[in-house]
Amino acid sequence: MNQHFSASVQQVADVRTPVDVVRLTDVRRRFGTTAALDGVSLSVRKGEILGIIGRSGAGKSTLIRCLNGLERPDSGEIFIEGRDIAQLGERELQPLRRRIGMIFQHFNLLSAKTVEDNVALPLKIEGRPKAERLSRAAELLDLVGLSEKAKAYPASLSGGQKQRVGIARALAARPALLLSDEATSALDPETTRSILALLKDINRRLGLTILLITHEMEVIRSIADRVAVIDAGRIVEAGPVWSVFADPKSPITQSLLGGIRPQLPGEIAARLSQSGGREAILRVDVAGEAASRPLLSDLAAAVPGSFRLVHGGIDHVQQQPVASLFLGIPTSADHERRVLDFLRGRGARVEVLGYDAGND
Amino acid sequence: MTPVMIELLFRSLWETVLMTAASGFVSLVAGLPLGLALVATDRGGIAEQLWLNRVLGAVINGFRSVPFIILLVALIPVTRLIVGTSIGTWAAIVPLSIAATPYYARIAEVSLREVDHGLIEAARAMGGNRWTIVREVLVPEALPGIVAGFTVTLVTLVGASAMAGAIGAGGLGDLAIRYGYQRFETTIMVAVVIVLIILVSGIQWIGDRLVARLDRRT
Repeated sequence: MNQHFSASVQQVADVRTPVDVVRLTDVRRRFGTTAALDGVSLSVRKGEILGIIGRSGAGKSTLIRCLNGLERPDSGEIFIEGRDIAQLGERELQPLRRRIGMIFQHFNLLSAKTVEDNVALPLKIEGRPKAERLSRAAELLDLVGLSEKAKAYPASLSGGQKQRVGIARALAARPALLLSDEATSALDPETTRSILALLKDINRRLGLTILLITHEMEVIRSIADRVAVIDAGRIVEAGPVWSVFADPKSPITQSLLGGIRPQLPGEIAARLSQSGGREAILRVDVAGEAASRPLLSDLAAAVPGSFRLVHGGIDHVQQQPVASLFLGIPTSADHERRVLDFLRGRGARVEVLGYDAGND
Repeated sequence: MTPVMIELLFRSLWETVLMTAASGFVSLVAGLPLGLALVATDRGGIAEQLWLNRVLGAVINGFRSVPFIILLVALIPVTRLIVGTSIGTWAAIVPLSIAATPYYARIAEVSLREVDHGLIEAARAMGGNRWTIVREVLVPEALPGIVAGFTVTLVTLVGASAMAGAIGAGGLGDLAIRYGYQRFETTIMVAVVIVLIILVSGIQWIGDRLVARLDRRT
């Protein structure tokens, strides 16, 4: 750890909120006429994993690069460990960047250096003696399960192994924050799972704060504690992952969730009309405590002959049940109202998608 | 061939090797930093200085446009200033170095430019300064190309040194002209060509082996 920097952080940390490792206030950055960041405010608490999700071009790369000064904002405040880095010069940023590890989509390992020399590079930059660098590299390669590859060159490694080396390298200088820039986007699903499990494990074991950006909800779902959705340079939605999954407010979030949440099968959706039909199709979203109770059997008891289960599923996000169910209920104004009242009384969100005339 | 001829051949070989090695050394020591400067000062480089980049580029292009035989003569005052004489092997090293340096700078520039920008970004993200990026990223990652380019420069210098005979520098080229061509000594001509082929092949072989050893990209 950089002594001089830690000391200066210590002084500032008393006045600023020490629990926020990162705090952004109204950060703006334009490229020509397009606003890559259009007033972004967010904070990352110590020890949490914050996932930022957005489509390509939403501004997430610019955002993550602003956090270690690789990109400079036009305006706004960027506090890292209580210190505003938005206005720092390149030279002042250098010691600060050593407190921030970063992993990349394309790993960015140096091809001319062995695995252990790649991992030890941040320590070499810090000016640590060789013996210390190598013992720390060995320790980290052990952590990521690649001890036997210490003397190998990156070209001989698989994608997943390269990213493990990238993670070891990012941790070498004992950072306070780890930035992950689409770290699993170039990996196959199985390798992605193992890399995400490693990141989660590091987060738990070392209490390391992680900020990751991705375009895949699956990544958010598997490791993030909180999620922020970015679109056109703005944070459109943020909150604990399970609650955003249970009740996505913005169309962007709903569309990003589309791939991993239950959707009404297309052939049924195509048959729906706005009136008539013999069956109303409802979408019932229920999560958390409300989803832990026997909702459907209680509904059957309260409103006899009330429904059939058309489609749906229950997912567990952050140990919280998040259910999306599609029910078909006989069309009758009174019946429909009773079902809706009952479900809403139990804390579910209910939407009448349309009326099914049936396919017979 | 008489023993005198053989001795002459060996002395010329030594002169060629001396000229090539000395001017090659200068072109490496001066050309590599120049190549680095060209890449670093260019748009998006680690020390962007566009006006400096343009000036450097123009000077390099200027030297590279002048035919070597003209440079040889034009630089006589400079040579006299540095070496004290404008005739002989050491005098030839000055114009050879001045011609080879911009040549090698351009070759090194190409290799350095090919270094993946993501690697520079990674070094910056680790808190590295410009010098770190040069020492840990740019030069090591471009090293196979830097060495291969230096091999090309040395071979070019073997050829260019033949022209240095014009200022009495000696060397194999000079021997071939004076004995082989002007005195119709075909044996000498053939011997010189064979020695040159061996010399150039040797340089290329060593360069290729070195590149193969350095290249860790596959």
